[in-house]
Amino acid sequence: MATSSVSKGCFVFKPNFKKRKISVPVGDYFNKGKNESEDGKLRFETYQLIWQQMKSETEQLQEELNKNLFNSLIEFLQKSCSGFQKNSRDWGCQIKLREIPTAALILDIKHFLQKLASQLMGCCVDEDSKEGSIQVAQKRTHCSMDSLSSWYMNVTQKTDPKMPRKKRTSSSQWQSPPVVLILKDMESFTTKVLQDFIIISSQHLHEFPLILIFGIATSPIIIHRLLPHAVSSLLCIELFQSLSCKEHLTTVLDKLLLTTQFPFKLSEKVLQILTNIFLYHDFSIQNFIKGLQLSLLEHFYSQPLSVLCCNLPEAKRRINFLSDNQCENIRRLPSFRRYVEKQSSEKQIALLTDERSLKAETQSLLENLHVYHSNYFLVLRCLHQFTSSLPKYPLGRQIRELYCTCLEKNIWDSEEYVSAFQLLRMLAKDELMAILQKCFQVFKSSSEKQLGSTAKRIEEFLAQFQSLDEAKEEEDISGSQPKGLQKTDLYHLQKSLLEMKELRRTSKKQTRFEVLREKVVNFIESLVREYLLPPDTQPLHEVVYFSAAHTLREHLNAAPRIALHTALNNPYYYLKNEALKSEEGCIPNVAPDICIAYKLHLECSRLINLVDWSEAFATVVTAAEKMDASSVTSEERNEIIHARFIRAVSELELLGFIKPTKQKTDHVARLTWGGC
Amino acid sequence: MMSKLELKEDKIMEVQFVGDDDVLNHILDREGGAKLKKERAQLLVNTKKIIKKPEYDLEEDDQEVLKDQNYVEVLGRDIQESLKNGSAADGGNKVYSFQNRKHSEKMAKLASELANTPRKNVSFSLKNDPEIMINIPQCSKGHSASDKVQLKNSDKSENLSTAPSGLRKRLIVPRSHSDSESEYSASNSEDDDGVAQEHEEDTEEVILSQKSPSQNRAMSAPVCKETPSKKMKRDKTSDLVEEYFEAHSSSKVLTSDRTLQKLKRAKLDQQTLRNLLGKVSPSFSAELKQLNQQYEQLFHKWMLQLRLGFNIVLYGLGSKRDLLERFRTSVLQDSIHVVINGFFPGISVKSILNSVTEEVLDHMGTFRSALDQLDWIVNRFKEDSSLELFLLIHNLDSQMLRGDKSQQIIGQLSSLRNIYLIASIDHLNAPLMWDHAKQSLYNWLWYETTTYSPYTEETSYENSLLVKQSGSLPLSSLIHVLRSLTPNARGIFRLLIKYQLDNQDNPSYIGFSFQDFYQQCREAFLVNSDLTLRAQLTEFRDHKLLRTKKGTDGVEYLLIPVDSGTLSEFLEKEEEES
Repeated sequence: MATSSVSKGCFVFKPNFKKRKISVPVGDYFNKGKNESEDGKLRFETYQLIWQQMKSETEQLQEELNKNLFNSLIEFLQKSCSGFQKNSRDWGCQIKLREIPTAALILDIKHFLQKLASQLMGCCVDEDSKEGSIQVAQKRTHCSMDSLSSWYMNVTQKTDPKMPRKKRTSSSQWQSPPVVLILKDMESFTTKVLQDFIIISSQHLHEFPLILIFGIATSPIIIHRLLPHAVSSLLCIELFQSLSCKEHLTTVLDKLLLTTQFPFKLSEKVLQILTNIFLYHDFSIQNFIKGLQLSLLEHFYSQPLSVLCCNLPEAKRRINFLSDNQCENIRRLPSFRRYVEKQSSEKQIALLTDERSLKAETQSLLENLHVYHSNYFLVLRCLHQFTSSLPKYPLGRQIRELYCTCLEKNIWDSEEYVSAFQLLRMLAKDELMAILQKCFQVFKSSSEKQLGSTAKRIEEFLAQFQSLDEAKEEEDISGSQPKGLQKTDLYHLQKSLLEMKELRRTSKKQTRFEVLREKVVNFIESLVREYLLPPDTQPLHEVVYFSAAHTLREHLNAAPRIALHTALNNPYYYLKNEALKSEEGCIPNVAPDICIAYKLHLECSRLINLVDWSEAFATVVTAAEKMDASSVTSEERNEIIHARFIRAVSELELLGFIKPTKQKTDHVARLTWGGC
Repeated sequence: MMSKLELKEDKIMEVQFVGDDDVLNHILDREGGAKLKKERAQLLVNTKKIIKKPEYDLEEDDQEVLKDQNYVEVLGRDIQESLKNGSAADGGNKVYSFQNRKHSEKMAKLASELANTPRKNVSFSLKNDPEIMINIPQCSKGHSASDKVQLKNSDKSENLSTAPSGLRKRLIVPRSHSDSESEYSASNSEDDDGVAQEHEEDTEEVILSQKSPSQNRAMSAPVCKETPSKKMKRDKTSDLVEEYFEAHSSSKVLTSDRTLQKLKRAKLDQQTLRNLLGKVSPSFSAELKQLNQQYEQLFHKWMLQLRLGFNIVLYGLGSKRDLLERFRTSVLQDSIHVVINGFFPGISVKSILNSVTEEVLDHMGTFRSALDQLDWIVNRFKEDSSLELFLLIHNLDSQMLRGDKSQQIIGQLSSLRNIYLIASIDHLNAPLMWDHAKQSLYNWLWYETTTYSPYTEETSYENSLLVKQSGSLPLSSLIHVLRSLTPNARGIFRLLIKYQLDNQDNPSYIGFSFQDFYQQCREAFLVNSDLTLRAQLTEFRDHKLLRTKKGTDGVEYLLIPVDSGTLSEFLEKEEEES
């Protein structure tokens, strides 16, 4: 093989200059490898378009989310800079805190910080990096802080000639720009080093203006845990907190998925997996978006009809150019077949045989789907307004939870929905009005005609509530006539109370407010039932919904250990050979060597005697061999078996199941616990 | 035994002979730990009740598993859906939950089971074995040591009556251990036990066929427990102790005459090994081929995903080298690519970076550090977007590359837009190399490619396990080096070897102190000053035949880093020649 050698580990291959193309267009790979590459090019282009849009949307979002933070940070830096200018003697060093429990987010933030620093301070950034290297040198040569400050004097003097330019960029008067030191991950510093550094630099502050920025991933308390009071009192700490990552996720979902702006949608399971990875594994928005990208790619790669997953006018245009195969693909869609079955027989025939009527029908169905989505999200948001304020959040606090439930099934069949609506029927008037007001805003913001009437209805409700107020005031005045206080005994009181109760139950007289509230709730319920149908009831939903959740899970949240375990324990799972078929927990003796060795080693405790192991192995393998009457002599066969054993053992070592040990001669130690 | 029992019983006595009801009354208001105490009381009164315990334990375990299942369900509801991925097949719970404790189920037994029923499925029925644990009330600290012995003895007596055939270990081991809990004395006395070994082996074999695992378990060493919540931890530690002794007792039987060195065929060098393996006809080739074909269909998808900014990592059992090689030859022919054999023992990040800078980018300069070099590469690739580079790393998790720094650097390389990384990992714990920061650098897409191909190339570089088995390499080099030395130097070395061999059974031997060694060399007229000796030692050290270590007392100790078997063989050969 060209890539194996006993003296070299890296092999560079450079194709000839002539042969080397600039680069194969990425789209080519999209088409190759797949048999049914219908409209592959178009699909790939659509993918790239949508992905670019999504990406820029998220970037913009992130920028916006962090804007406030950075603005205040800049302000703070400027303030402290001017503090240095005024030559105040006190230590104006300050600390930046942010609460981001995400490694990735920290990275993001870091990039932003660098960007910010470069914008703000021009040349200061170079100093920052230089300072870093000096810092290293300092540790190495044990040079003192004095040398550092003299270096700083030098640098500031050197940059003096460039002052005009600097002034232009930063507009404030930086006579001696402070050095900003960003400690990206404060928790990972050794406390001793940090303490010493702070103490030393605080003493040199007058000649070496320093601003510290700490990046903190956990909570602000960590500062006080890492630094004793004597040290932390040297710092003038100001806290900056970024948006929590969960809120961040909510906004991302809001902008990317709960909108008709992007035609691409995720099915319930996919969404569930992505949010679960986020919530249970990493809290990383970056990973979430990566998952989104992957699902987008997979969708366009695996679903030939995804070519129609674009904005409506374009999709309609594309339908006209669909090939015969694609038409056949449409007919094969389960949702479309269900739809056809419901049609009259003539129409069925037309749809199944005539291409033109199929295309026309597809166009109208896609349009329906589009309308369905725009209504869907409006009603969803409206419902979320109602349910998000309920006690105990029966339908979830976040809109994504509500969305997941709605995607999965008819939401009105769920118990949570029933209990939520019971609670809704008990809302107080001001709460109800506030919610209705919000819903009104939601519907008003949309330009959809169908639901325009809904906005009107809600407005009417609001007006009725308003009028209720006035009416009630009148009622109050009339109803509050004192009946005259009568003396009564306990018996009579009880009796009258009982009577009142009875009266109330039988007559069930509702106030006008209650009647109106009932109306509102019923109205909302009718909206939900009409518009929040799960997407798989819609014909052609496969075109825009990505549902292959398992591929996503496989590629994003893989479990190599389990795969190894399965391969070793149950080779039939991969090899599909009848001879390997076995019950739970056993292994046939014809299984691959490494499986047998693995199985045998599970029987041992922490140390394994190699001789024992090899003999056990030989016993099993010999028994298997006898079946295929081999012609080799027994001595040679033994040797071969031993060689196979050695191979299996060294493979297990490579995989990390065992390691050589010096505890006893010819023993290996097991590195895993328990047997399975 | 009886006398001991009586001696130490004064505290326990009260517990032992209190009736069930009294105990019940006494502890009814307590939960958890109280329950265990109750059972202990029953146990002492009536051995048969011991059977009740396992149910309780199993229930606990079941609950544990249930919890695992919930977690798995929460994480991925689509376990059943996944058809292709082995990860889903068994769910998480089997691998990660603590399984039944292992005791001395012997490989030999299993092997014979497997062998005796060829072509038939043999169930180990491990899971069916009721796990029996004896719960003993936590003794007060002051008494625990003595209590242990006492309880052990009482266990023994109980089992004598119930399971006479299950005495294999307790009858044999205590004889040599003689109640001593010290590790060293145990192994030392074992070594002296040579005469008894033959006999023991016989009995063991006989009993082996009779004993049932559950009986064996019932005898497990005294396990002190307080509450169920502490059970796990306690089990583990007591298991460790148990297994430690087990390991030693089994090796006691074996190390004397059953080391690999004595087996002739154990000595295989790389070449013979390869020749022998060449004769093995691979099984399931059709199925393997099919597997590979499946993976090959993914090549274009991989390319697509690489180009779109993902990096690809392959995992699963079996060498993925051939697969990647086919990937390379089929789709990478027209682009610049670097193949990196992570399993190559001399590989380092430096050499990867060097091959990128020198051979790919044709840069002849040198760099101060790896980080400098990385920066330079990053800049070059950022400036020139037409540059494209594919990195193929076999075994990204190899010994040489798994370090934090290496991973950081490779991760940073791979995060570049125009560097595409496709790598394979094999080690069980490979994913632990990457924290969140690194993972976001790598931007992995995981692909399972279980190939079952042998790791021929990956294990071909003499790894430690094989060295031990072949052993020929150190021996021949030892002979080779020493032949080139002066007779005096050889004498010095032989002196050191002999001293080391004399002390090979001393576990606290850390080496020959320099002063003593000098003294002995002088007496043997091998050197006349300690300078000459030092010069000699330097020569040995250069050939890696000698290691020096400073002891805690500041004295220099000399040690030959070659195992004693090889050394004694070397001495034998030397004597033959002279």
